[in-house]
Amino acid sequence: MSYIKPKFRHPNLPINALGNTVADYDGAISTLCAGCGHDSISAAIRNACFKSSVPPHRIAKVSGIGCSSKMPTYFLGKSHGFNSVHGRMPSVATGASLANRGLTYIGVSGDGDTASIGMGQFIHLIRRNVNMTYIVANNGCYGLTKGQDSATADLGSVNKQGAANPFDGIDLASLALLQGASFVARSFSGDKDQLEPLIRAAMAHKGFAFIDVVSPCVTFNNHAGSTKSYSQTRDHLDMMPLDFVPMREEIRTSYDAGTTQGITLHDGSVIHLHKASSEYQADDRAAALHAVQSAHDAGRILTGLLYLDPDTQDLNQSLNLATRPLNELGKDELCPGSRVLDSINEGLR
Amino acid sequence: MKQIKGVNDFVVKFANVNGTGSASANHLFAKAIFRMGIPVSPRNIFPSNIQGLPTWYEVRVSKNGYLGRRGGVDMMVCVNPQSMEKDIASVEPGGYFLYDNTKPLAPHLKRDDITFFGIPLTEMCMREFETPRLQQLLKNVVYVGAMAALLNLKFSILKDLLNDQFKGKEKLISSNVQALEMGYQYATENYNCPLPIRLEMGGNAAPHILESEHILMNGNTAAALGAIYGGATVAAWYPITPSTSVVDAFAKYAQRMRIDPGSGKKNFAIVQAEDELAAIGMVVGAGWNGARAFTATSGPGLSLMSEFLGLAYFAELPAVLINVQRSGPSTGMPTRSQQSDVLAAAYASHGDTKQVLLFPATPRECFDMTVQAFDLTEQLQTPVILMSDLDLGMNDWMSPPLEWDDDRCMDRGKVLDADGLDKAEKWGRYLDVDGDGICYRTLPGTHPDKGAFFTRGSSKNEMAVYSESGDDYVQNVDRLLRKFDTAKSYVPKPKTHPPIEVKKPKTELKLGALFFGTSASPSYEAVEMLAAEGYPIDTMRIRAFPFHASIDAFIHSHDLVFVIEQNRDGQMRRLIINECEIPPGKLMPVLNYSGTPITARNIAGKIRETLKTKSADVVPLHPETA
Repeated sequence: MSYIKPKFRHPNLPINALGNTVADYDGAISTLCAGCGHDSISAAIRNACFKSSVPPHRIAKVSGIGCSSKMPTYFLGKSHGFNSVHGRMPSVATGASLANRGLTYIGVSGDGDTASIGMGQFIHLIRRNVNMTYIVANNGCYGLTKGQDSATADLGSVNKQGAANPFDGIDLASLALLQGASFVARSFSGDKDQLEPLIRAAMAHKGFAFIDVVSPCVTFNNHAGSTKSYSQTRDHLDMMPLDFVPMREEIRTSYDAGTTQGITLHDGSVIHLHKASSEYQADDRAAALHAVQSAHDAGRILTGLLYLDPDTQDLNQSLNLATRPLNELGKDELCPGSRVLDSINEGLR
Repeated sequence: MKQIKGVNDFVVKFANVNGTGSASANHLFAKAIFRMGIPVSPRNIFPSNIQGLPTWYEVRVSKNGYLGRRGGVDMMVCVNPQSMEKDIASVEPGGYFLYDNTKPLAPHLKRDDITFFGIPLTEMCMREFETPRLQQLLKNVVYVGAMAALLNLKFSILKDLLNDQFKGKEKLISSNVQALEMGYQYATENYNCPLPIRLEMGGNAAPHILESEHILMNGNTAAALGAIYGGATVAAWYPITPSTSVVDAFAKYAQRMRIDPGSGKKNFAIVQAEDELAAIGMVVGAGWNGARAFTATSGPGLSLMSEFLGLAYFAELPAVLINVQRSGPSTGMPTRSQQSDVLAAAYASHGDTKQVLLFPATPRECFDMTVQAFDLTEQLQTPVILMSDLDLGMNDWMSPPLEWDDDRCMDRGKVLDADGLDKAEKWGRYLDVDGDGICYRTLPGTHPDKGAFFTRGSSKNEMAVYSESGDDYVQNVDRLLRKFDTAKSYVPKPKTHPPIEVKKPKTELKLGALFFGTSASPSYEAVEMLAAEGYPIDTMRIRAFPFHASIDAFIHSHDLVFVIEQNRDGQMRRLIINECEIPPGKLMPVLNYSGTPITARNIAGKIRETLKTKSADVVPLHPETA
């Protein structure tokens, strides 16, 4: 890790629609191991927010516990963040979202934080369709406690001690698909060309957006025999690139109609998905599940936007919540007053 | 045979099978006494079961206005053969026993020191009503009718109550009234009515209860209303007896009072979480983001929430938790009352934690303290736990009416808005600018450039920057102690009453009693009983933790202090010993942990016993220090 963050910036850094440079989306210097995949994810989040011109202070970052959950310190220093309890970020995000539906929520978790201790909350977060982007930095091992297998470690993957994992790994993307998530994607920390537009699309999506990012652990899970090392992952990727065209921007590139699918998001943004095959339909949940499972059976990792339903009801809508954020309501809206209480008393006599 | 006599002063108990509709009939009986203007306190003693197990409903009538349990039963109404043998045995000598004599009473169950009243409830209902459902339900109403005759309960009030209850369902009203009349008539024709124990309007010795136009309500409903009036917008919870009705009531009132008139949308959110871990997480997340949020739970839920309570303590986040206490873990006694979460709540979580607790003793206090909890949790930036219990939460209590001052505003504590951040010279989330241990917080989304920080548990410095420095940690947790000290002046103060004068005291010792919550009513009654016997005891009712300095002073100014509570380990006593500078031997535990609420007789008996055995060992305070 480095311990000094350079303050120097190129004087002609590009600016976004808000007049911000990418530096306005920086966080503190990372304390993760040099070469950690998670730092690439942090950079992708920073770049995605910059490119989408989201005001940094209108983003709230939430995380659980683990290497992954330290990440929110390392991007978006002008955003509030909450490093909560191991495996319990989904509930914090749910409460935060109920309190203020006006912010953009980015949750960062890990494979231990989500697939083990946080499995219950993760599933229920999907079930409630909380409007947020949920990124799992998935490296198949516990980093902060020095390399134990996690629940997403693949069957047979060899850990740092040389032992092959005897259990089937939990595939979070498949699980999210099965549970009805409205936006499911998978990517690789080393593929920023894919990850950045995915994050932008996830933030533009109104509802729960899940991105499972294979993010190798350089220290404990980057050796021969590990199925989540850099080289192993790179060699087995089946990538479906995509472009994200935000609302109001002109679509310039032309695409091959057979293998490209365009999906318009709720806010008018468009995703152009370059599919692995012309049969693949990103709006077909069963087909997406089949494709993910088939790739897995063939020892491949299918990345890209796997499934998207742009027209879902998020939790705020399901609960028919007021349009104004609940945290802005005052006495007039909330307190029924003494006359109402007197009539309640009367009914209790 | 000498029969128990008493006007407006007796205990009636109903023994039923649960799931047979007895609860509403028994409630009708109690509510009618309340409507007569006579102090009454009903208690449901029920199993963790939907249908088939024994259940009891105890109604205390007390002209003196004692609302706690007295102990003992003067009249038993038994329609449950399963429990009949024990029920008969539990009646006081000279008492009364009403039963369904469709089947004759087994001769070995007879007692010659109590009076039996047989009424063929089943036979009458089989004859008069058509469906099995009605035959079962109305059996309960028939005995209420009979009780009206036996105890001089005003019949017209019963009819009024039925009319209120079944408004618009005329058929139900007429069959219920018919059942009432059947019972009333049978009792009048077959027995000498009314009995020596009876009800009479007026002539109570407790005018304070009648003058203030008391209401009859349970603590859970009152707490739910407190959450409405306190401005709660987010409720996250997981169903658990006996706290479930808090959120049920909140939902009911919110649906009525919190719908935006323009859009028809909700100015509140209720989420039934997947478990208590998630429920408190949502509350903490919502509080972090500036909404007033709460959860309601009970023992096992409190345990599950402990991790988050610790985080909220260290991260200094608001959260209101309504803990309706019950007996210990798992199945067995979830429907029985205790005050056994005191220590678990006071020190909830790992690390050095202390939580703010409030101890309501009446529905009115459940309301007031819940409202106050929402202010306190934001003023102090720490969780606040309302320590109710099953007895208070689920039973109907006579209570002063709920009051609201329309000028009252929410106190959101030290929160900087964008303007405040611009004006602040130097802002750090954990900088103790005012010296009271309470720092200025900011909410997400407030200001484009200022006030953002990363909320964490233990490892941070005053500027909210990650730190593993021991000095930073110590500075932070010491400030949290200072904040807890500040809290002493924010939380409700203990209540004292003028001591009861005893002309010729039988002891030279200065005696005191400390109690809280539902132990209060029977404690006051026990103290009056003991005063009449020549033992003056000063009282103090604890209403909050951290302890107010007057609690320390109270203990110091007495030779012997009884700590009356409903758990095995004397948890409040231990908490006092832990937190106050006092010799532990001064505090004598008076405990009940059977799961049924503590009684005045039980308390008085234990204090008598202690006075007999301990008095000799205690050296009275020097007059100057007393």
